[in-house]
Amino acid sequence: MADILAVENLQKHFEYGGGLLRKPRLVRAVDGVSFSVREGETIGLVGESGCGKSTTGRLAMRLIDATAGSIRFAGADITRLGGRPLKTLRAQMQMIFQDPHSSLDPRMKVGDLIGEGLRLFPEIDAAARAGRIAEAMERVGLRPEHADRYPHEFSGGQRQRIGIARAIVMTPKLVVADEPVSALDVSIQAQVINLLERLRSDLGLSYLFISHDLGVVEHISDRIVVMYLGRVVEFADCRAIFRHPRHPYTKTLISAIPIPRFGVKRERIPLTGEVPSPLDPPSGCHFHPRCPFARERCRTETPPFRRLSDGHWIACHHPLED
Amino acid sequence: MFPVLKIDDLQTHFFTRTGIAKAIDGVGFHIDKGEIVCVVGESGCGKSMTALSVLRLVPHPGRIVGGEIWLDGQNLMAFSEREMREVRGDRVSMIFQEPMVSLNPAFTIGNQLIEAVRVHRKASRAEAWERSVEMLRRVDLPSPEARMNAYPHELSGGMRQRVMIAEALLLDPVLLLADEPTTALDVTVQAQVLDVMVRAARESGTAVMMITHNLAVVSEIADRVVVMYAGRVVEQGTTEEIFTRPAHPYTQGLLRAIPTLSTAAEDDAPRQPLYEMGGLVPSLTDLPPGCAFCPRCSAAIDLCAAQKPPAFPLGETHAAACWLRRTEG
Repeated sequence: MADILAVENLQKHFEYGGGLLRKPRLVRAVDGVSFSVREGETIGLVGESGCGKSTTGRLAMRLIDATAGSIRFAGADITRLGGRPLKTLRAQMQMIFQDPHSSLDPRMKVGDLIGEGLRLFPEIDAAARAGRIAEAMERVGLRPEHADRYPHEFSGGQRQRIGIARAIVMTPKLVVADEPVSALDVSIQAQVINLLERLRSDLGLSYLFISHDLGVVEHISDRIVVMYLGRVVEFADCRAIFRHPRHPYTKTLISAIPIPRFGVKRERIPLTGEVPSPLDPPSGCHFHPRCPFARERCRTETPPFRRLSDGHWIACHHPLED
Repeated sequence: MFPVLKIDDLQTHFFTRTGIAKAIDGVGFHIDKGEIVCVVGESGCGKSMTALSVLRLVPHPGRIVGGEIWLDGQNLMAFSEREMREVRGDRVSMIFQEPMVSLNPAFTIGNQLIEAVRVHRKASRAEAWERSVEMLRRVDLPSPEARMNAYPHELSGGMRQRVMIAEALLLDPVLLLADEPTTALDVTVQAQVLDVMVRAARESGTAVMMITHNLAVVSEIADRVVVMYAGRVVEQGTTEEIFTRPAHPYTQGLLRAIPTLSTAAEDDAPRQPLYEMGGLVPSLTDLPPGCAFCPRCSAAIDLCAAQKPPAFPLGETHAAACWLRRTEG
C-alpha cells in the first residue's frame, strides 16, 4: 500500500543557552529520523522522555521547520511548503494532544471548538459546517446538546473526545496523536483507545501514535518506531518488535514493562544509569554507556540505520540474534 | 500483636460550597509489620486522601468526620497536634509523586537529610552525616558522599526519587506511605526505583502502603491489595486473590481494560477491542444511595441501587463489597 507519510533523515537542532559573548550549544533533538506511515496504518512511536518523539510528530505536521531531511505527504514533498498550499494540506493532517485540559480554549463552546478549523475554509458555509460538527460529535459519542456547553463541564475522557472530534471534523488522512490516553484513567483509556480504532476503520485514517506506554502501543500499532536520544534505533512490524527485538535498547525497554498478572515475573535486563542528557549525548552509539553488549566500536562509531531483513530496520553494530 | 496500621470506618469529607464531597466514605483495612499493601483505584477514588488522613494532613475544606486510625495500637485520632508532629517523618513517612516539589531547591541533599535526622533524633552532625550517606548507599545512589553536597536540580528524576526514598527511610519508620512514587519516571528507571524502594523497606522491616493506579506495578510488588472506588473499599485480598480470582465487578473490569503485552500464544488471534466499562465515575457530592459502582455495573440487581453493600468475606484474607457476593450469616 502507498505511503501517506514518509520522513527521511529528518533533523531538528535547537540552540540552547548562550549569551552576548558565549556561543549557544546545539541540541540535536531529532538527529536523522526515517520511517513511513502507510495508508490505513498505525505507526507507534515509542521512547523515553526527551528522546525526540514529540518533536518528530511536530516536524511531520510541519508545525515546526526541520533543520534538514525531507517529509513527503501523499506522494508530494512538503518539507518547504508554505502559504496557502500548506494551509490546505494542514486540513488533511490533524493532531490530538495529551492534555485535554490545556488544549481546549475554556471560553469557547464545544460546538465552536470543534468547528474552529472549518472556519479557515470560506467555501464551507455555516449550514455545511453545522452538519459536519454534528456528524463528528456523533462519531465520537458526544450528544448534540453538548455543543452548547463549555469544556470545563466535561470529564477528562469526554474532553479527549472533543479533541478527537476537532481532528476528524477536518476529514484528515493522517492523525498524529501525541500521548492521547496518557492522562486518562484505565477505564476511560480503554474507551478512548477503542474509539480511535473504530474511527480508523470507519474513516480510513492513518495514525502516528506517540506514546511511552508500550502496552497501549502494542495494542494499537501495526508497525513500531523505537527512538533513543533523537535517533531511531529500531523500526519493524509490531510483532517482530515485541517477540524478536534485535536492538538491545528495544529488548531492555520491553523487559522493563511490568505485566498485570499474578506470578508473571519477567526476566529484567538490568539497565544501569539513566537516559543521558541530549545536550551532551555519548559518542558513537548513543546507547553504548547503558548497553550490556557494547564493544569498542560502539563507543567510537555511530551505527548506520540499515535494513536487517525485510521490513526490519535497525541502528546497531551488534544486533541480537533472531 | 497489633498491626502497624489499622484503619476503621474512616470518613473524610470535604465541605464545599456545592455540597459535601464524601472523599472517603467508610474505608477500613490494615497493614501488618513488614507488609507491602497497594491501594489502587482511579483518580478521585480517595486513595491519596486515605494516606493524608493517616498523617492527619487533610487539606481545607476537608475534615476527618468519623472512624479510627490506629498506629501500632495507638489511636492517632486522640493525638494532639504536637504528638502528630512527632509521628510524621519519624514513625510514619511519606513519598510523593513529584520529587522536585518535595525537595527544597535552595539546600543541598546533605543539608536536608541531616536536618531530617536532627529534628527527630539527638545526633551530632557527624553521626547524622554518616547515617545519611549510609541510606543513600542503600538506595543505590552512585557516589553518595559526593551527592551529599549536590543540589536537587543537579540530579536526574530517578536520582531525586532515590533521595526521597532515602529520606523517608532515614529514621526506620514503622510505616512508609508512598503516593505514586514512580508515576513520573520513565519505565526503565521506574523498575530500578521500585526495586530499590521494596528492598530498602524490607531490610528495615518498614510496612509500606503504596498508592498507585498502575495494576502492573501492583502485581509485581504487593503482598496484599486494596481496591477503592468512589471513596470506598470495594475489594481487598492477597495479590494472588485479586489477580487470579477478582470478585468485585469493578476489579474484574479494571483488570480486563488494561492493554497488556500479549503472550506468544495470543499472537495469531485477531486483535480484540479492549473491554470497556461504560459510564463515568460518579460525583462525590452526589453519590448514589446504593453501591457507587451500580450505575456502571452490568451485573447489578435491584438491591444494588437501593442499599450500600457491606464487605462480604470470601476467605481469610479476601473480601468484596458486592451484593452478588453475599454470604449468609
